[in-house]
Amino acid sequence: MNTTRLLCCLGYILLAPFIGGLLDGIDRKLSARMQGRTGPSILQPFYDIIKLFHKQIFLVNHSQFFLVGSYLVFVIFSGALMFAGYDLLMSFFALTTAAMFLVLASCSTHSPFSAMASQRELLQMMSYEPMVLLACVGFYLATGSFQVSDIIQSNLSPIVFLPGFFIGFVYILTIKMRKSPFDISTAHHAHQEMVRGVTTEMVGSLYAITQIAEWYENVMLLGIVALFFINGNPISWPLAILGVLFVYFLETLIDNTTARLKWSKVLSSAWLVTLLFGGLNLLVLDLMIKYR
Amino acid sequence: MAKLNRSPWLLHYDGSSCNGCDIEVLACLTPVYDVERFGVVNTGNPLHADILLITGGINSQNQAVVQQIYSQMPNPKVVVAVGACACTGGIFKECYNIHGGVDTTIPVDIYVPGCAARPESIIDGVVKAVGVFQEKYEKYVSENKERKRSS
Repeated sequence: MNTTRLLCCLGYILLAPFIGGLLDGIDRKLSARMQGRTGPSILQPFYDIIKLFHKQIFLVNHSQFFLVGSYLVFVIFSGALMFAGYDLLMSFFALTTAAMFLVLASCSTHSPFSAMASQRELLQMMSYEPMVLLACVGFYLATGSFQVSDIIQSNLSPIVFLPGFFIGFVYILTIKMRKSPFDISTAHHAHQEMVRGVTTEMVGSLYAITQIAEWYENVMLLGIVALFFINGNPISWPLAILGVLFVYFLETLIDNTTARLKWSKVLSSAWLVTLLFGGLNLLVLDLMIKYR
Repeated sequence: MAKLNRSPWLLHYDGSSCNGCDIEVLACLTPVYDVERFGVVNTGNPLHADILLITGGINSQNQAVVQQIYSQMPNPKVVVAVGACACTGGIFKECYNIHGGVDTTIPVDIYVPGCAARPESIIDGVVKAVGVFQEKYEKYVSENKERKRSS
């Protein structure tokens, strides 16, 4: 069991940036096709990263490297915890810490664009955090454990009990992945009023590290999506992969068909969806457990 | 030596252009011309940019701005002057507030002529700039090595 945990953990650390980068490339290609363009090669994100590592670095202050590095380390740590089958709750707390390091890195530069974007990033965290925690509670109520290794061994896929949680989680996934209409703190597209948001002052390899951390984070979040589908039956694994790909396609579609919202709408809509879908599902689940 | 010519990120600055060239620069991003197929991204951030695309001439007001944008770009970097005004000052050359083309303020690597420069020639200029970008990178690496050796 321990060897499997170690292998899964190592697999995540080594493969996640490649899978994340490839997904990013597919996203760019898909977006281009949706807009009637040819689009770049699927490997384009890797070309970009290689270039960024070879550019000159300007450091605004020395803490920037430490803070951006910590962001990467904590994202990897949280993903490794999840993929090794440990506590889901612990993994999400580590992810929140990682997000805090990104905000700190952005704040430390004193750029007005970074400052504005870090405040927006904090608002985004406020919007998605309730749903993230509720999703953990949902997994516990559906399977009786916070341990990922137990959740994947359950008799029925958790989505059977957690359809509301799933909708809520996909909703906040759009915020987490910085997709339109929720790309208020930074975006993958240019011509934004806050330039590049939290990554405005990150030059060359610093920016590359944030990109790689984002890929790790995306793979981890898609892992959570897969967790909704996986059960003790091995057939559920390919189904989970299909589910993940469908959700990723949905995110790209939403990104290309919606316009950016104001922060107040992001906050209120995320909390409304959390309360409506997550809350109702939680209520029903609680009643089911009580009268079983 | 790494191949950097697959990922040129652009920064577009409008000097004192009549906006003709700017519209053509933006046309390059549309489905008809689609420069993103070459890996080109139009960033709004000089700190992330590799190629500075300037349209319009340099005047007394924007000279300092252009210098600052250029100094904010990390090495290696390439400058492309798009349109007659950016190349020489164009029809505004004799105006009291115009200094002339972009090369009066910062070093220019590629000149794209035309009034307004056509999207095809802008793309041609960008592709040439990508070649210069790779050359400049190789020079930048060898210079760095020499600096390290001497220190």
